[in-house]
Amino acid sequence: MVGAGHAGLAMSRCLAVRGIDHVVLERGEVANSWRTERWDSLRLLTPNWQSRLPGFGYEGDDPDGFRDMTQTVAFLQRYAEVISAPVETRTTVTSIRRDDEDYLVTTDRGEWRARSVVLASGACNLANVPKVADALPDGIASVHSFDYRNPDQLPAGGVLVVGASATGTQLGYEIHKSGRPVTLAVGEHIRVPRTYRGRDLMWWMDNAGVHDERWDEMDDINRARRVPSFQLTGTDDGSTLDLNAVTDIGVALVGRFAGLVDGKAQFSGSLLNQCALSDLKMNRLLNSFDEWAAEVGADADVEPSHRLDSTRVPEKPPLTLKLAEAGIGTVLWCTGYRPDLSWLEVDVLDRKGRICHEGGVTSSPGLYLMGMQFLRRRKSALIDGAADDADDLSEHLAAYLDG
Amino acid sequence: MSEATVNNGVNADALVAAREALTEAPQAAQFNWRASCEWKNGTHSHSTVEGFFGLGEEQKRSKTFAFDADHPEIFASEDLGATPVEYVLVGLASCLTAGVAAIAQYRDIQLKSVKATIEGDMDIQGILGIDDEVRNGFDGIKVTYEIDADAGRDDIEALVAQSQKRSAVYDIVTNPTAVTVEVK
Repeated sequence: MVGAGHAGLAMSRCLAVRGIDHVVLERGEVANSWRTERWDSLRLLTPNWQSRLPGFGYEGDDPDGFRDMTQTVAFLQRYAEVISAPVETRTTVTSIRRDDEDYLVTTDRGEWRARSVVLASGACNLANVPKVADALPDGIASVHSFDYRNPDQLPAGGVLVVGASATGTQLGYEIHKSGRPVTLAVGEHIRVPRTYRGRDLMWWMDNAGVHDERWDEMDDINRARRVPSFQLTGTDDGSTLDLNAVTDIGVALVGRFAGLVDGKAQFSGSLLNQCALSDLKMNRLLNSFDEWAAEVGADADVEPSHRLDSTRVPEKPPLTLKLAEAGIGTVLWCTGYRPDLSWLEVDVLDRKGRICHEGGVTSSPGLYLMGMQFLRRRKSALIDGAADDADDLSEHLAAYLDG
Repeated sequence: MSEATVNNGVNADALVAAREALTEAPQAAQFNWRASCEWKNGTHSHSTVEGFFGLGEEQKRSKTFAFDADHPEIFASEDLGATPVEYVLVGLASCLTAGVAAIAQYRDIQLKSVKATIEGDMDIQGILGIDDEVRNGFDGIKVTYEIDADAGRDDIEALVAQSQKRSAVYDIVTNPTAVTVEVK
């Protein structure tokens, strides 16, 4: 197993239950990415109850709360202890390659030979920074959310936040509150309410079966895997952080960041449609929740059906912005992440460097993948999604070892 | 509504098959579109469109399409064709409308009628060089659809929204494009 996060630990537990000898190699400590690669204010997007790992779950008295990073790390650390996971910490994998029927795993602490390898090193190891960042004029800081911790690390002045999914809206909100005026460049995004009909969004996703939709039942799984993640935040009061909420505190919306010429940022004229698409998609999701509630007779357990206000879009958002003249001191790229599999020397990558797999099973016998967006189910990338995937894949792996 | 009864004149199966084939062979997805334009007199020009490159080879059409462009008489021209900016409006409206039909077919929505009006506001102080702060192009473009189809309002709005998301001309007019103009 490569990686001792929630996915690797869940798999470790499932293998242990099946009596399969294994080791979990971890470059840092358990839950390393959660410890070292997240901003200070981040809280999980899923409530505490929704972290059901194999043989372990939430033990506290606030099931509807949202963990901060310290609590998330403590939760996973405790899981590793409870299941006695055989984790080798501070062990960085430098290459994995085939050697006859086996895999040869080279690390900075020696070599392992394994019949089977599970890649659970995460989907968010590297920052996606658009090439255009190189063309930013001197004097304007370029920061990716990967390296962002809190507003104090940014210079004074305005901030152009690029991207309006969970990361961009959360950071845009807190940076604007810190006294640095924020302009938010909005491309494709998936708007959802934190709370709907009195219940958390995740209660609906879970109960209505949306989280359990399978990869092999989707019309176009590649597209489903590329859909941006929810524009969402973990809030104590169940309030929703959407574009209307950031507009309310004074954040200025502009279209998708489209280019940079001579220190002048260019924004797409598509803002209105991006917001219309997002509102329509949200309403489709809410309709499906309503239909489910009516079908199973849950209407009495929840509040009446309602819809959110449409996203308010400025009538004429600027299409260009001279960054220096507009007082922008920082461009913060909230443009996503990608996995780092640069050490994988097995021929399972496509022309764009993405790993090919069928529900986590690669074309290289005995090589498996965990913890990716919509790997086997819509919930696969969530902590709560690891259990079912680990159960399925450990069964496949056991059958492979049995030959 | 069943799949068999929906017919918008779009071969959705062929589009889906093409999408799958080009996913496997991305080099065949490289297209080159062309037009030629010849000056006639004054602001009048005559453009033609015929061949293009795609699916790995030169493609021929059964006929050549011709387009005259000119300016109206209030610009002291002869009004022998639509203005170039109106061709841009035509391009955007026809691209979005084709998209509406294709997406409706894919989503099993029978269209009965689709009508778009499109307008672009322009302050011509820009092109006349009167005021440098006024751009040459449109201030904004507004497209209004009237659609009669076997679908609810949300589904029809979703068709129009998705059509914008997948439209080439919508992308061309809403995003910057590098343009190189050379003299041979």
